[in-house]
Amino acid sequence: MAEFISQQRPGGIRIEGLKKVYGHGDTAVAALKNVNMQVAPGEVVGLVGPSGSGKSTLLKCLGAIIEPTAGRMTLGNELIYDNGWRVKDLRALRRDRIGFVFQAPYLIPFLDVTDNVALLPMLAGVPNAQARARAMELLTALDVQHRAKAQVSQLSGGEQQRVSIARALANRPPVILADEPTAPLDSERALAVVRILHRMAREANTAVIVVTHDEKIIPTFQRIYQIRDGSTVEVAGEGRALD
Amino acid sequence: MISLAGRDILHGWGKFVLTGLGLGLLIGVTLSMAGIYRGMVDDAHALLDNSGADLWVVQQDTQGPYAESSSLKDDVVRSVRGMPGVGRAANVSYLTMQVRGEDGQDVRAMVVGFESDTEAPPGSPVHLVAGRHITRSHYEAVADVKTGFVLGERIRIRRHDYTVVGLARRMVSSGGDPMVFVPLKDAQEAQFLKDNDAIVNDRARTAANPAFNRPGQPGLLEAVQALQTSSHSVNAVLVRLAPGAAPDEVAAELRRWKHVAVFTRAEMEGILVAKLIANSAKQIGMFLVILSVVSAAIVAFIIYTMTMGKLREIAVLKLIGTHNRTIAGMILQQALGLGLIGFVVGKVAATLWAPFFPKYVLLLQRDALTGLGVTMGICALASTVAIRAALRVDPGAAIG
Repeated sequence: MAEFISQQRPGGIRIEGLKKVYGHGDTAVAALKNVNMQVAPGEVVGLVGPSGSGKSTLLKCLGAIIEPTAGRMTLGNELIYDNGWRVKDLRALRRDRIGFVFQAPYLIPFLDVTDNVALLPMLAGVPNAQARARAMELLTALDVQHRAKAQVSQLSGGEQQRVSIARALANRPPVILADEPTAPLDSERALAVVRILHRMAREANTAVIVVTHDEKIIPTFQRIYQIRDGSTVEVAGEGRALD
Repeated sequence: MISLAGRDILHGWGKFVLTGLGLGLLIGVTLSMAGIYRGMVDDAHALLDNSGADLWVVQQDTQGPYAESSSLKDDVVRSVRGMPGVGRAANVSYLTMQVRGEDGQDVRAMVVGFESDTEAPPGSPVHLVAGRHITRSHYEAVADVKTGFVLGERIRIRRHDYTVVGLARRMVSSGGDPMVFVPLKDAQEAQFLKDNDAIVNDRARTAANPAFNRPGQPGLLEAVQALQTSSHSVNAVLVRLAPGAAPDEVAAELRRWKHVAVFTRAEMEGILVAKLIANSAKQIGMFLVILSVVSAAIVAFIIYTMTMGKLREIAVLKLIGTHNRTIAGMILQQALGLGLIGFVVGKVAATLWAPFFPKYVLLLQRDALTGLGVTMGICALASTVAIRAALRVDPGAAIG
C-alpha cells in the first residue's frame, strides 16, 4: 500500500453553492439549490436524504456526468467547475480522477475479475501487464486475489462488490463516489464493505462519499451530509468503530 | 488494450456461433444463388465451346437453334460448304425431350443429332470419359454422365431403342439439360417424323383429295405421300471456318447469298447469355438483392439485440471513461465477427450442397471474395444502428 499512497493524486473535494435546474421557464425544476460539501483526503462521509431529495443528481454532478447550473467544484487543488466546466475532457476526468462504486457491482460480465479491474488503467493507456499487476495489487488488498481468474458470474455478491471497489481504485482517484454500495448485501457483508471503504480511504488517502439509506452503516460515518429539498446540511455522525 | 469484442464473443460463444450458423446458412443460399447464375452462364459457354462451331447457320429471321426454333433443309449444308472461308460444315438437330432409361425412369435431356458418319464434325460429342464414339449409322448414343445412363444401357427415344456406347462430360444445353447424341438420321426421325396413326390419317386425307388422283398422272399420290413422311429438316448448320477466315466476313457472305440467318460466336454468346438467360439472371439478381437485404436486416437485428442486452455495461463503460470509438469498435468487431463466422459457414455449406443441385452450380473464387466483401460491408452497415443506440446511452444510467 505504501507505493499506492505515494503515487496518489492530491485529494479531497470541495463543493460550493452548487445548483442544478432541469428545464426552463415555467417548467424549470431546481433539483439542487445550494449544495456545499467538503471531504478531505482519507475521509469517508455519508450522504443521506429521502427519495427525490437530489442525491442522484448531486452524484451525477460530482461524477461529471451532468453539468451543474451554477456553483464551484474543486478536486484536489484544481477548480474543475466554476459556473461551467474548467476541464475539457470530462471522460478522462471520470476515468482518472473519480472512482465509482454502484448499488449493484455492474462488473463487465465478459471480462474476468482481473481484467474488470485492469480495464481502467488500460483505458488510460497503461500497458496491459502493468494494468494487470495493479489489478492484482488491489485484489490482494481487498482479499479477493484467489478469484482473480474467475468470471464475474462465479463470484458472490460481497466478492463482486469488493471487485467493484478495486475497479474504482484502479486509477488512484482522489475521490470515490459510492452509490448505495451496501444495498444488496446483508448486515455482515455490508459492514465488511464499509470497513473496506474506510480502510481504502485511509490507506490510499482518498475522499469517499457514500450515498446511502442503510441504517446499518450510517452510524459508522464521522460526518454526514443530509440533503433535503436540494440543499445540504452537515451533521455529526457517530463514527462508530468498525474493527 | 484488451479486445472487448473478442472477450464478449468468447464469453457467449455458443450463442454467437449458433447465430453465425443461422446467418451462414442464409449466406450459403446467397452464394448458391450466385453459383446457379454462374452455372447457367457456364452451361451456355460450354454449349458453344463443345459445339466446335465458329458460325451458326439457321432459318432466316430466327435466332435459332437454341433461343428459337429453326428449321432448314438438310441440303443447305452442301451450298454452305461451297462458300469461301468455310472449312467444315455439318447439320445438327436439337430436341429437348424425355428420354427413358432401362429402369423406366424418364430423364429430361437434349437429344442432339449430328453427322456421326464423318470424323469429328461440328456438333459432335467431345470430352468422352468412357466408352467410344458412335460408329454405327443407327441406334447408338453417347450420353452425358449427368443423364445417369451407363455404358451398354438401352434407352428409348420416341419409337426406338438406343444403346449407350459412350459417356461424355459437361455436354449440356443452355438450360443445363444433359445431352444425348444420336446419329442425325435418327434424330431427324425422332424430331420430324409423325407417329404411325398420324401417317395413316394423313395418307387417307391425301388420298381423298381429288387433286392427287387425276387421271393420267400415275404416281403423283405416292410421291406426295412419300414427301409427307420424309424428314429432311435440321435445326442448324454448324460451320467451322477455314484457317485465317474472318467470321464476320464469312457470315455476311452466307447471309447475302443463302438467305439464312448466320451468327458468329460472339453473337451467339450474346443471344444465349444476354437474351436466353437474361430473365433468369434478373430473377436471380433480384433474389440476391432480397437475400442481401434480409441478411443485413438479420445482422442489424441480432447486433442491435445483443447491444440492447448490454446497455447497463455500456453505461458503466462510458461512465468509467471508455471512449465512444472503443464502444463503437466493440460493436463493429462483433458484427464483423458474426459476418466472418456466417461467411465461413455459408461457404462450406454452399460447397457441400452444390453437387446435389440438379443443375450445374459454379462457385467461383472471385464470387466468394466478393461475397466476403459484401457480407463484411453489410455487417458494418448493420452495426451502425446498434452503434447509434450504444452511443446514445447515458453514462448516468449506471447510477440509479
